[in-house]
Amino acid sequence: MTLKTQEVRVTEPTAASVPGTDTPGTAPSNGEHSAIRKYLLSRGSSVFVDKSFRWLMILCALSIFAIVALILYELIVRSELTINKFGLSFFAKTAWNPIENNYGALPFIYGTLVSSIIGLIIAVPLAIGLAVFLTEMCPKILRGPLAFLTELLAAIPSVVYGLWAIFVLVPILRSHVNPLLISVFGWSGLFARPDYGIGMLAAGVILAIMILPIISSLTREVMTAVPHTQREAVLALGATRWEMIRMGVLRNARIGIVGSMILGLGRALGETMAVTMVIGNRPDILRNLLAPAYSMASVIANEFTEAADPMYLSALVEIGLALFIVTIIVNALARLLVWAVTRGAPARVA
Amino acid sequence: MASQYQTTAFTRFRRTTANHMASVLAVLSTIIVVAPLVAIFAYLLYKGASSLNLNFFTQVPAPIGEKGGGMANAIVGSGVLLAISSVLGVPIGIAAGIFLSEYGRGSKLANMVRFTADVLNGVPSIVMGIAAYSLVVLPQKHFSALAGGVALGIMMIPTITRTTEEMLLMVPHAIREAALGLGVPNWRSVLSITLKTASPGVITGCMLAFARVAGETAPLLFTAFGSSFFSTSINQPIAALPLQIYVYAISPYDEWHRLAWAGALVLIVLIVVSVSLVRYVTSRGVLKGAS
Amino acid sequence: MDINLHIPASQATALIGPSGCGKSTFVRCLNRMHETNPIARVTGSVHIGDLDIYADVSPVEVRRRIGMVFQRPNPFPTMSIYDNVASGLRLNGFRNRRVLDEVVERSLKHSALWDEVKDDLKKKSGASLSGGQQQRLCIARALAVDPEVLLMDEPASALDPVSTAKIEDLIFQLKSQYTIVIVTHNMQQAARVAERTGFFLNGKLVEFDSTHKIFTNPSDKRTEDYITGRFG
Repeated sequence: MTLKTQEVRVTEPTAASVPGTDTPGTAPSNGEHSAIRKYLLSRGSSVFVDKSFRWLMILCALSIFAIVALILYELIVRSELTINKFGLSFFAKTAWNPIENNYGALPFIYGTLVSSIIGLIIAVPLAIGLAVFLTEMCPKILRGPLAFLTELLAAIPSVVYGLWAIFVLVPILRSHVNPLLISVFGWSGLFARPDYGIGMLAAGVILAIMILPIISSLTREVMTAVPHTQREAVLALGATRWEMIRMGVLRNARIGIVGSMILGLGRALGETMAVTMVIGNRPDILRNLLAPAYSMASVIANEFTEAADPMYLSALVEIGLALFIVTIIVNALARLLVWAVTRGAPARVA
Repeated sequence: MASQYQTTAFTRFRRTTANHMASVLAVLSTIIVVAPLVAIFAYLLYKGASSLNLNFFTQVPAPIGEKGGGMANAIVGSGVLLAISSVLGVPIGIAAGIFLSEYGRGSKLANMVRFTADVLNGVPSIVMGIAAYSLVVLPQKHFSALAGGVALGIMMIPTITRTTEEMLLMVPHAIREAALGLGVPNWRSVLSITLKTASPGVITGCMLAFARVAGETAPLLFTAFGSSFFSTSINQPIAALPLQIYVYAISPYDEWHRLAWAGALVLIVLIVVSVSLVRYVTSRGVLKGAS
Repeated sequence: MDINLHIPASQATALIGPSGCGKSTFVRCLNRMHETNPIARVTGSVHIGDLDIYADVSPVEVRRRIGMVFQRPNPFPTMSIYDNVASGLRLNGFRNRRVLDEVVERSLKHSALWDEVKDDLKKKSGASLSGGQQQRLCIARALAVDPEVLLMDEPASALDPVSTAKIEDLIFQLKSQYTIVIVTHNMQQAARVAERTGFFLNGKLVEFDSTHKIFTNPSDKRTEDYITGRFG
């Protein structure tokens, strides 16, 4: 808006002051008047300091871009050797032979993808169920504690999940779950002996536990973002509660829910420690989900410090580069979807 | 005529059953989710509490096979790493948050920064480790606490940026106007008034970042590298609590497993305290007394 | 908006008009507060004495000479009463403890708040006072930097009648030492307090004259309509 002022003048105050009949205190003597005013006048315009400060803040904000660029640069530079030697075929080969300097990332891509998909398959229905319960069905007193619990789940470090997985989850899988799976679904080839407990399935299960809080929290957010009028409209038509949830809430929020799923996928793809501890660390591509496997993050974690040969290191860094690019794309996509639904700064999820 | 609007008994039955099934499934999922969490906590408490004694906090690991020993070096090491990463991460993070809230609000640049920060938060931490390895370890030709601190510091920046921005946005505009109206320079107003008013929230945001970073193992695997000795030097490899837990967990020694559980319990307690504090501060209202 | 005003010193000038007519916007231009809105622009000039506040000095310097009290009291919530009043000086680098004590006491006395808070200066936070007290605190805070002009944007509109009366008494006493420009939608307030009054309508200054003339024999019909309550 533009305001056009021709001229506004305020004439300078006269030195003499006119005391009122009942001034509440002493009027400032001329000396004090000018002392403070003189001091403030001497402070200057601070334009330079303000400008510099603003630029400093901008610089720090730009550092976020710089970090991404820096990481990308370092990853590319350190993986040059294998990029030049193998090119794109690096991602299609299955060899992993440090002695002969022959590297292929396919087993790890397979391991990462399959374990993440297993994790998603298990986590998504549960997460949505939890979200539905918390937003639509939960008695008010339980809501706070349960939400808090979910937040705690998200904050547990990966290595603690891994520790629990090694000593609690894997034995349970090995003794109770896997034999059941083998006997019921063994015909599919997906579940077969030998059954060590550790392997692709174990990794998938622990991933499911780990990504569940994120998917659930985000789903809850997009569900709460659906306006009440939608719910009421469906109910007014005579729907049952489930139908109201399905048609009034989930349908409206489905873009955001898909976004939360993709975010969960992004987290699963990059999950390192817990997976490393239970996936078995064998670069095989097998149909058997009970067999040991190897993920991209795990091979980096396990073999990085042993990579004496520059080519070996380059191969590992290239896997890291692929991981970096893929997780950025997946996360960006997820954030865009969630933002489209919640219309505003995307949720900050731990 | 009326019959075409009458629902059949079967439809009603189907719909009611679906409704009940949905409720059951929702409750079931909740239980299935909550159960492992409770199980993990309970198991941790059970296995870890017995090993938590004074030795744990004061002694370094005993040689293999010997009983006793503790994780004092790992706890101290985590502290050192946290300090180094804070020096890098906290000022830059808070400054970027100040930009998003005070100088760039609503601008395209701010939106891009925020988006990038969120995406960066989702990058696997091991990638940060590789970057720090490339930046610090390779030129120096040895592992160091500095490298670990750099990796963790880079991770802190996007987190602290977002929490700082959120907290600053909650400061009422009237407060900023009051400061400006007094002829206070802009930078002074931002720091001494706006940031100060939001400081409880900003500090808890930093604590959240600390808690997250304190539990990270992957970026330390080949930067700080870990150690069985007591060290506070920046230029040496250094132990860290989660790193030590990992090494012990995958080892074949029962004694080390015991220590791993104890260490995990310590980590969990720290995290629970941080998350609870954050919840407490933000639910109480960051700005006590602000209208 | 085309506005041409000559505001006399050591007097109170009231700006009246219906809501949304631009009085607040105009007054915010007088100390460059409109610049907090990135898309606002001003043409023309505003002078204090011979100084053009747009061309010759920075906004920060302007605001030290032209202070402002806002519609809703906005004391700094994290600061005590003492710190609130002293904030204008402190945040500009002033350190002398003794002088600060004197300034705080003097400002609080000028804003008729001293007797009510003198025992709790450092113990109570600014936000723990009542609405009327908070506004007087904000006035004290503005006075502490010793401005030449004090702009008041509907200072009593958010307050109860007792507090409003106290504030009006205050203005009456302050105007001998400071030049006051007060925006108000309360015509009686303008009549009680100001020597000169300006009537704003739809972003234009319709009439500017002595308060007595505006309220008894306005030159413009629109002014008369507003005074007599035919609209607004």
